Amino acid sequence: MTRNPQLNRNGELTHLLTLEGLPYEIVTQILDTAEPFVSIAEREVKKVPLLRGKAMFNLFFENSTRTRTTFEIAAKRLSADVINLNIGVSSTSKGETLLDTVDNLCAMNADLFVVRHSQSGAPHLIASHLNATGRTHVHVVNAGDGRHAHPTQGLLDLYTIRHYKKEFRDLTVAIVGDILHSRVARSLIHGLTTMQVPRVRVIGPRTLLPTAVEALGVEVVNDMREGLRGCDVVVMLRLQNERMKGALLPSAGEYFKHYGLTAEKLALAKPDAIVMHPGPMNRGVEIDSTVADGARSVILPQVTFGIAVRMAVLSIVAGN
Amino acid sequence: MTTEALPDAEAALAALVERMRGAVAHDAALVGIYSGGAWLAERLATLLPGAHPLGFIDVSYYRDDYEISGLKPNAKRTSLPFDVAGASIVLVDDVLFTGRSVRAAINELFDFGRPERIELAVLVDRGGRELPIEATYTGTRLAVARDLSVVLSRDDAGTLSLAVEPTRRRERAEPRARRT
Repeated sequence: MTRNPQLNRNGELTHLLTLEGLPYEIVTQILDTAEPFVSIAEREVKKVPLLRGKAMFNLFFENSTRTRTTFEIAAKRLSADVINLNIGVSSTSKGETLLDTVDNLCAMNADLFVVRHSQSGAPHLIASHLNATGRTHVHVVNAGDGRHAHPTQGLLDLYTIRHYKKEFRDLTVAIVGDILHSRVARSLIHGLTTMQVPRVRVIGPRTLLPTAVEALGVEVVNDMREGLRGCDVVVMLRLQNERMKGALLPSAGEYFKHYGLTAEKLALAKPDAIVMHPGPMNRGVEIDSTVADGARSVILPQVTFGIAVRMAVLSIVAGN
Repeated sequence: MTTEALPDAEAALAALVERMRGAVAHDAALVGIYSGGAWLAERLATLLPGAHPLGFIDVSYYRDDYEISGLKPNAKRTSLPFDVAGASIVLVDDVLFTGRSVRAAINELFDFGRPERIELAVLVDRGGRELPIEATYTGTRLAVARDLSVVLSRDDAGTLSLAVEPTRRRERAEPRARRT
């Protein structure tokens, strides 16, 4: 009886909430769909009419410039109308519940909700509410919820890896930094597992690794030099400044010494290894400028691919 | 199943070339609609006199049935490596039926620029138009029942052939939810 709330009765993607449990075929479909969307930016008219007449609401209960902007660009390149809601200063602060906000926006004929929320599970709650009330023509895309998931970031990371490495099957991928607080890491780990990447390593100090992270099918390495050896892909995570206050780390300088990516440490990975970062990056904290701006950094292509991947997700869910 | 014998695709292509030779501008771009039209455009570029820039178009994002069928998987990259503004263009497709693909392709071309002229070359005209669209050049005509599809295929040697098969619809256990 219980089915994946992301899929409709035909097994097609109708909401994107998490990469956990998403079938290989659907992940591949999204990556394949994203590919031709990359070139739309090169056209005279950077738009296709696929979502003409659809209204997408950016529902950001937590700040994010990059993710909100790339969703907005993605929707506009698909000709959708985009409405950005500044939730912090609107009705929720006057006491309206999340689902009442959603119902009101549905009454304004919303077709798509892109949701970011500090509470894990908020997008799931909205999707279940829409499913339960028969509004299956309204779709939800999770743009990051609490520590839980950030599926479009995971997908754009997968897209970037496939773009540069062609195949997932023989790769060694290292994810370095604050795994504990990172929904980006969680989504990427699920995505890499689904795509059958044989070796995924998480590298970080014990205080920033979740207990029993091995249960996700990853190797845990505390020493960065050891962990980087033989890697094809190095994913650096942002060290959130607030972690420094919580006594999880001694200082930014100390962190950089052990877990900052420098040219010298990167030399331990494969010679053609790529360096990724979800942004925004802290130069001199988790990554050195010579690496961030170096020949093996694909951090800016990630941003460009992110638009195409979000176009793919929006056009698939809105058509199902 | 068919109402008449299927024409030979290579013979139809030869007939199409005869009709286009002398009529198509020597510098006209040939733009094939994926996938059958793309194969034909490649062949026509070698068979017609003159130097013809080649382009390919995938109309997935311009189709009018997205609301009904959703996004078609495996869309290809539209590639028009010439200046569309002011160009003389011959759109090439394998089978002309309702005219909806051609409508979508024309709309897409205009998002790249304002062509001087657009003509249409098709291998097979099977009738059944739902839009006021006609081909400028036609290889052959064919009458087929509406619920059947005429499909062009290409073997490893590059030889084209035509077949008639039941129309494949996207299998959906449940129709798409509509706003009420």
